[in-house]
Amino acid sequence: MSDPEATATRVSGTALLEVRNCSLRFGGIDALSEVSLRIEPGELVGLIGPNGAGKTSLFNILTGVYRPTSGEILIEGRHSAGLPPHRISRLGMARTFQNIRLFSSLDVRMNVRTSFIARLHHGLIKSVRRGRSFRVEEENISKESGRLLDYFGLEEAATRPSRSLPYGDQRRLEIVRALAAKPRLLLLDEPAAGMNPSEKEQLRILIARIRTEFGTAVLLVEHDMKVVMGICERVIVLDQGRVIASGSPSEIRADPKVIAAYLGEPHREDQAEKDPLERGAEATGVIGVNR
Amino acid sequence: MLGVLIAALLQVCSGGIDPYTSQVMIFAAINVILAVSLNLVMGETGQFSLCHAAFMAVGAYASALITGRALPALLPHLSWTGSSWASQASFLPVLVCAGLVAAVAGLIVGGPSLRLRGDYLAMVTLGFGEIIRVLLQNTNAVGGARGMEGILPATNLFWAVGVAVVTLYTMMALVRSTYGKGFHAVRDDEIAAAAMGIDTTRFKVTAFVIGAFFAGVAGALYAHAVQFISPEGFNFLRSFEIIVMVILGGLGRPVGVAVAAILITLLNEWLRDLSGYRMVVYALIIILFMILRPGDRLAPLWRQLRTLLPSAKGGSKSS
Repeated sequence: MSDPEATATRVSGTALLEVRNCSLRFGGIDALSEVSLRIEPGELVGLIGPNGAGKTSLFNILTGVYRPTSGEILIEGRHSAGLPPHRISRLGMARTFQNIRLFSSLDVRMNVRTSFIARLHHGLIKSVRRGRSFRVEEENISKESGRLLDYFGLEEAATRPSRSLPYGDQRRLEIVRALAAKPRLLLLDEPAAGMNPSEKEQLRILIARIRTEFGTAVLLVEHDMKVVMGICERVIVLDQGRVIASGSPSEIRADPKVIAAYLGEPHREDQAEKDPLERGAEATGVIGVNR
Repeated sequence: MLGVLIAALLQVCSGGIDPYTSQVMIFAAINVILAVSLNLVMGETGQFSLCHAAFMAVGAYASALITGRALPALLPHLSWTGSSWASQASFLPVLVCAGLVAAVAGLIVGGPSLRLRGDYLAMVTLGFGEIIRVLLQNTNAVGGARGMEGILPATNLFWAVGVAVVTLYTMMALVRSTYGKGFHAVRDDEIAAAAMGIDTTRFKVTAFVIGAFFAGVAGALYAHAVQFISPEGFNFLRSFEIIVMVILGGLGRPVGVAVAAILITLLNEWLRDLSGYRMVVYALIIILFMILRPGDRLAPLWRQLRTLLPSAKGGSKSS
């Protein structure tokens, strides 16, 4: 897909998403300081961290809700920091929300359809004239969104109002709506929040399918360790606005800094130097409980 | 289109309609245009606008200036009151021009102010409505507070009903299309809409400009129907009357809004005999309507009717 975004400029060495030394400051508070990370095409990355670590702040600068105080964000080599949310979305990034944000007056099918608006070939006048090309495009959109709903098992609910769906299905619909925009990177903001165990299991399968069958890279922000550790191949840990660790789930589980962040030990540096082995074992135990 | 045919038929029959009835029908049609166009802004896009009458005023004055000053100077032999097709058709460009001028006004107000939300937007639009009224009042070239009189009676049933049907069709087609779902997305959740790549400000301004365009056309029809316009005719109360029609008809239901516009026009006429008590009874009936919300009760019935008639689905009014 070629994007005619005027301000976006291509830079060599393209990761799908690259965050370079991003800081976000609110008055005297550093919500994020010098955060850098890379996501390659097709990767499934988890982002974890204790409350107040800066997960949501990071999400907000990625999606354009806030502009980073300093640093650069590149989506496929195009600068995205400072662009409004809808322009960033058109660079190939879709997201879901922690508190579900479906279009409540539209039915399930129409919710999915809204994803196509940004890429429509017909505008206002063609929509009123309802000419041939308009009808063909509408037909295609309707087919494609129908196919997505089928694929994710929401076809029976297609004409129901979106707010009448069960909670798990609403989450699923939000993901389907985001996927309909054909993103190369999908940001999921705590998708397992408020789900029961069976819904969580379904969600894990769903995310795995997105990876394998759509080839979309996923950045997953999640509190639920089981979901993150179970499906992510790489986990990034934030604490107090900094990236403190990045690696495979097993590495993260054994990382003393991560444990310290989650348990909030007072003299973490001293202790980490003292007995890393013992602490490593303890660490696996602690996160193991969560599993 | 079916609508144009109906309007043409009405025009043929209008020989048999007495002038009073035809006048009321024209007013009803103008109110339908105003209410249905405001519905796009308030009902479909969820933006509060208190200056619809101001756009109507812009269209009314623009058209009155065109037919009263510009055209006689440019084309002195043009006749407007004749029933020939040529003289009828020459009213169309006037209507379009009036709409375009109002649309530009809509762009000027909407562009900067639609970044605001809710109450703030209401205040800005309220202010704009007053600015237009005061400007007209103090411009001697358009008669100041005395207004403009002796406007040609070019509006007839054909144009009024024809434009009303075209407006209703346009709005319904627009809102049903995928593009039109953008208005609903903006209304339901702006943050989510932006995250889906929808340029929310652009959609809001578009709704505002289209609404202003049709309000301008309605203003032109009004000016050439009553043949007299003054700034007081387009004050805040006029805007409010249109808002009442939209709310009564049901926000986001073009057909309901059109029906409400017709009912309120008729109500105004029926209550004319009560003179002094008219506004009291009017207010009471509006309150009663709001409590009973007949639109909400009729909507499910209407939906059932539609499922019974599958052929009526889609654009029954498209040619």
